[in-house]
Amino acid sequence: MSPAENPSRPLLSVRNVTMRFGGLTAVKSLNMTIPRHALYGLIGPNGAGKTTVFNVLTGVYRPTEGEIEFDGTHVQRMKPYEITKLGAARTFQNIRLFADMSVLQNVMTAHHLRTRQILADAVIGTARHHTEERETRDRAMELLRIFKLDSFAEEPATSLPYGSQRRLEIARALATEPTLLLLDEPAAGMNPQESRELMTLIRWLRDELKLTILLVEHNMKVVMGICETIQVIDYGEEIAIGSAAEIQKNPKVIEAYLGGG
Amino acid sequence: MSLARKLLVVVVTLAALLALNDVFEYGVGDFQINPYYARIINLIGINITLAVSLNLINGLAGQFSIGHAGFMAVGGYTATYLTVYHGRQIAGWFGAGVTNPLGASIVMVPSLLAGAAAAALAGLLVGIPSLRLKGDYLAIVTLGFSEIIRVIILNIPAVGGATGFTDAIPITNFFWIFSMAVLTIVITRNIAMSTFGRALFAIRSDEIAAEAMGINTTRYKVMAFVISAALAGVAGGLSGQLFANPLNPQNLNFVKSIEVIVMIVLGGIGSITGAVLGATTLTILPEALRSFDQQFPGLRMVIYALLLILLMIFRPQGLLGRREFTWAWLRPGKGSRKGVGRGFQ
Repeated sequence: MSPAENPSRPLLSVRNVTMRFGGLTAVKSLNMTIPRHALYGLIGPNGAGKTTVFNVLTGVYRPTEGEIEFDGTHVQRMKPYEITKLGAARTFQNIRLFADMSVLQNVMTAHHLRTRQILADAVIGTARHHTEERETRDRAMELLRIFKLDSFAEEPATSLPYGSQRRLEIARALATEPTLLLLDEPAAGMNPQESRELMTLIRWLRDELKLTILLVEHNMKVVMGICETIQVIDYGEEIAIGSAAEIQKNPKVIEAYLGGG
Repeated sequence: MSLARKLLVVVVTLAALLALNDVFEYGVGDFQINPYYARIINLIGINITLAVSLNLINGLAGQFSIGHAGFMAVGGYTATYLTVYHGRQIAGWFGAGVTNPLGASIVMVPSLLAGAAAAALAGLLVGIPSLRLKGDYLAIVTLGFSEIIRVIILNIPAVGGATGFTDAIPITNFFWIFSMAVLTIVITRNIAMSTFGRALFAIRSDEIAAEAMGINTTRYKVMAFVISAALAGVAGGLSGQLFANPLNPQNLNFVKSIEVIVMIVLGGIGSITGAVLGATTLTILPEALRSFDQQFPGLRMVIYALLLILLMIFRPQGLLGRREFTWAWLRPGKGSRKGVGRGFQ
């Protein structure tokens, strides 16, 4: 067994990561350890730096200080596409589907990094090209079935209702064949019924697809309901970490959310 | 499609183009094609290659390049230079002269390959540093590049400088023009329908999401740029050696780039069928309007501009939008809902 696959080793470790934008410190020496197959929640009030953490983890920003180790590789200097290739896929808080593509094409596009053909295969139309194209399509349809989107496969992605677009973003992220799934506020804009279904789905993804999931969420019900470990940040700093029950009782968390007297 | 069928299609296409080429050059029986029409048809072929190749970068990848004339110039001058200075030698190896049909076809191969390679290299040199730029900034860099190329050519006496490359040997013919147009369409279509095409569409649609889905956006933009430049180089090589239209730096300026952009915008940016249609329309239109000039000199271009303005008002997405030709178009009543009128994405 290679050290990278050692199950006792955490999948993601963040050590003393600081992110500064000029004079503003958005994230201050953050530590985070996510074990394999965990359902990890990151919460905090508005402007706490959740999305910044997310963007640092996925390579959109390079951290000013600190290191991030994903599956045995230091990723703090890597580009987003390199991190995705290592197996960390994300969704976006403000949905970013490929607007001029169909639902199916959106998912197929994300399988690109797992294809082995070279450009000449596509130009000449080799057997490898046709086999891979079929595989990509089949995998994408399979994912759409899991997310109950298969009947809309040929529809334009942006014609879907809001909740379905969010699910499509998750399906698209899964097409990159990740080990770590990073969800940025997946329940935003969903009604209670949709949020409940989403919770079941996220749990199912972890249990059945053996994924590790980092959830950044505003909706307390969703986070408290499914995450085993919850980390709370405020002004870019960790203020609490623990189980849902522990977090709910923590006076610092209550103060951060409701405001101190 | 099986390999045997694919080869059959290639052989049949080439045979058909060769037969048409014969009709073009020698006529059939008493029928001789009007040289004026022949010239327009040849120009249509070259413009199809130009428009479809520009569509790869501007339409499919969504990067706004206005330097296509620059790549055309690099390819054109390289290809023509090779023919003028080494053509006799190359044809001589096969015991042929440059000007007889066999020798011309033999020389055409290395000539076009050299043109494509030189233009591809130029595409790579411009693409790597500048494709991190977006929108208007990229447009300015590509415009600057094509102007630099033009000024360099103006100062090389070996290729004619400001007078143009008048030593060019007319070895381009119908066969080469249209086999290259078909090749360009096939290459672009196959890229568009593959995982690489989806990567380009993703870049066009949302670069941040494309990166997050594992697509190396810079690499694919450079790839599209290089292929597009190489094909523009081929078009340059063809038009430079079409005697009616010798290479001249004045014809390869900013206006030429804009002309090609207008073709793809008119046809529907992002649609390969649209690029073909746009190139055909915009080559024929100015010629078809020529009779207006006999009554009022200059009226032709006024009508031409008016037609373009009206089209952009009533069909801003171009004639076809992003739709593509499929065989279902030709089947009456069938497939009227699915498959027809849809783009690749």
